[in-house]
Amino acid sequence: MLNQLIKQAAADVAAPSRRGFLKGAGGALVLGAMLPRTGFASEAAAPKVVGPADPRPQAFIRIAADDTVTVLVKHLDKGQGIMTGLTTIVAEELDADWAQMRGAFAPADGALYANHFFGIQGTGGSTAVANSWDELRMAGAAARAMLVATAAARWSVPASPVTVEQGVVRHAASNRSARFGELAEDAAKLPVPQNVALKDAKDYKLIGNPSLHRLDHVSKTDGTAIFAMDIRRPGQVTAVLARSPRFGGTVKSVDAAAAKQVPGVLEVLTLPMGVAVVARNTWAAMKGREALTVEWDDAKAEMRGTEEMLADYRKLADQPGNVATDTGDAAKALAGAAKVVEAEFVFPYLAHAPMEPLNATVELTPDGGCTIWAGSQFQGVEQKVAAGILGCKPEQVVINTVWAGGSFGRRATPDADYIAEAVTIAKAYGGKAPVHLVWTREDDIRGGRYRPLFLHKVKAGLDASGTLVAWRQSIVGQSFMIGTLFEGFMVKNGVDATSVEGSSDMAYTVPNLHVDLHSPPSPVTTLWWRSVGHTHTAYAKEVMIDELAAAAGKDPVAFRLEMLKDHPRLQGVLKLAAEKAGWGQPLPKGKGRGIAVHESFSSFVAHVAEVSVDEQGRVTIDRVVCAVDCGQVVNPNIVEAQVSGGTGWAIGHALRDEITLTGGLVDQSNFDAYQPLRNSEMPPIEVHILPSTARPTGVGEPGVPTAAPAVANAVFAATGKRLHHLPFTRSGMV
Amino acid sequence: MIRLNINGQDRDVDVPGDMPLLWVLRDELNLTGTKFGCGIAQCGACTVHMDGTPIRACQTPAESAAGTKITTIEGVSGTVAQAVQAAWQKLDVVQCGYCQSGQIMSAVALLTDNRNPTDDDIDAAMDGNVCRCATYPRIRAAIKDAAKAMGA
Repeated sequence: MLNQLIKQAAADVAAPSRRGFLKGAGGALVLGAMLPRTGFASEAAAPKVVGPADPRPQAFIRIAADDTVTVLVKHLDKGQGIMTGLTTIVAEELDADWAQMRGAFAPADGALYANHFFGIQGTGGSTAVANSWDELRMAGAAARAMLVATAAARWSVPASPVTVEQGVVRHAASNRSARFGELAEDAAKLPVPQNVALKDAKDYKLIGNPSLHRLDHVSKTDGTAIFAMDIRRPGQVTAVLARSPRFGGTVKSVDAAAAKQVPGVLEVLTLPMGVAVVARNTWAAMKGREALTVEWDDAKAEMRGTEEMLADYRKLADQPGNVATDTGDAAKALAGAAKVVEAEFVFPYLAHAPMEPLNATVELTPDGGCTIWAGSQFQGVEQKVAAGILGCKPEQVVINTVWAGGSFGRRATPDADYIAEAVTIAKAYGGKAPVHLVWTREDDIRGGRYRPLFLHKVKAGLDASGTLVAWRQSIVGQSFMIGTLFEGFMVKNGVDATSVEGSSDMAYTVPNLHVDLHSPPSPVTTLWWRSVGHTHTAYAKEVMIDELAAAAGKDPVAFRLEMLKDHPRLQGVLKLAAEKAGWGQPLPKGKGRGIAVHESFSSFVAHVAEVSVDEQGRVTIDRVVCAVDCGQVVNPNIVEAQVSGGTGWAIGHALRDEITLTGGLVDQSNFDAYQPLRNSEMPPIEVHILPSTARPTGVGEPGVPTAAPAVANAVFAATGKRLHHLPFTRSGMV
Repeated sequence: MIRLNINGQDRDVDVPGDMPLLWVLRDELNLTGTKFGCGIAQCGACTVHMDGTPIRACQTPAESAAGTKITTIEGVSGTVAQAVQAAWQKLDVVQCGYCQSGQIMSAVALLTDNRNPTDDDIDAAMDGNVCRCATYPRIRAAIKDAAKAMGA
């Protein structure tokens, strides 16, 4: 998806804008910098400039009298460490001492804090560092220049010999120095410099430094970090919502008599999206909901099970779909191929199941607006949706973003689903108290917004020399973009880019390539899920390529390298992962090694997995080696953690996880049936980072796509068995 | 009224006896460090100590906690707790952090009983604590680091 956005944005870069202004606030230096965009158009990852080109206050930095420097972070930190990463970027250009740096979530304000890739304030698509890189470097450098100018004026010396190091501004010749806090108030009165030099990568002290700790490393180990679940407003009440057990179902009738008898239940509200039980506390709300009798109208509901849906998908796959890419003549080339390899891949519905169940607190305000506390990922959408419900202006919706207990895509919904529920309940409750809407784990597992169920049929041909000459792929699965505000941008000629990314734009040299798509609608709600389309396209591609290598009698690494001649960064990670894993070294019987490589979100990743398969067919993942190229690394410790975590995420789901439906009802409801990866199952993993000074790209998602196909290819190497249906248990793996 | 001993203090709470300790801590006593993750003792986010033993607060009725000593992340202390929290911080274990109170409570209990746990011991003690961010390699490393720091 991001690749698509970047391509669009690169063609649409606005004229260079002037720098913003700064204003003093309570003795603090509050710096806003609108970036000069010159030079961006020539760069691949050029964010789109949003809003008017005239200077706007865009506050990212606050320097207080006590010397602390607070960076206002416009992206949600849901574990990916962006609070730390973005603060580091500012600190570097400011030449601050890491110990004086603080981070805080920026308020919801699209004019100041829009994601330049999206056009609204929001986090996703592994964009946060790429999107903020220039903006925050410029802000940091400008603030530094203003502190220097202030010191120079105070000491009556020229600015040029004034240095800044670890938060101290110094004039060596006169042996004078000052801390940031002593200079901030006066510095705030200066105009923002129009030209500032940015550091050369070789001079970085904080960016790329492995010794910097995360800013949340203490608060998340002593229980003091505040998540949305922990918000406690005076007088607040808790709500849970009874939703239709079938997707698309609506409330037909409600008997709330028993629920109202439950001690602590305050009110039962019948709403368009279900029946809300409002109570003194969470336990009472849950007990109250259990006591409800609700009859649901299934007239428009999904009544099929997943097996029936798959049967429908199979029929569709054999019919021509909307063409995503069509190069050469794949049908003709397949007819003339020396060898043809065919496979059908099935990818199940998957839930995100972040550790912190969805929840938000909403307090109506006297002006007709509201204040929301949430692990807010799409502030720009949530403000508009809440304003629509309350009939107020978006700016009357104040959003206090707090730490989110994971997301994996779930908290970013084009219709702000759970926020809309919370606001609707708060409105229906009439502003009597702040309302905290809590989803239970059952609500989460059964609540939809799944990674869609996908079926791929792939047919590929080799010529007599074992060269890939043709690839035909039919993809079937729901679109989660059609019908949303992103449709116009993401869906072209009936093709949802997020359904085919990674397939239709594959890097391998294929002279005859045809990829088409069916997006059958269903009331089952679906959504992006960590690494989006790449969660299935990379798997189908990398397992197929492995089969083709075997059919051609070629080494899987050599076969791939042959077809990646114009892709040095993919070659780079492929070679590094292979080398570190000891590719080519013999393994004992019952063991196998598999590899996969892929580009997603403008980052490049390769995985090598080593597995053992015992006589009963039980698979153990002995070792995983990963190589990643994400451009300039801001924090290597966090990159390692994200890629390692993405690997665990991918493997955990591939092993056994699926959401299935029977007669339209979800079969799983909690972690007993939708079993998360556990500590003992996490394989030993090594992450190797390619040094780079290219523009930084994301790492939250790119660690996911190649992990599962590498394991599948290793199982093939060990056993000769192919794993085409996920989870692996569906392919007979135990 | 139920009298509970939480982090060394007696607390009287007016709740139904079957209300899980988790919700007593979070909703009645405002001790929000203990987290709600699944409600069925499958994820360990709500792990607290009852007389030193790790338990899942979501499946512990308030009345059954009466007469015991409950320790939460807010109150955990001593050599082992300090070593564990220091190791977690040194290795930057956390990602989203939501499960980590529970992970730390389980790790403290493990290291209190066993100053030199093997990988199998760690698996046995920690498999009840889910981390969807898969911070598992650093959790394992941090437990070993804490053991080493305590001079195992």
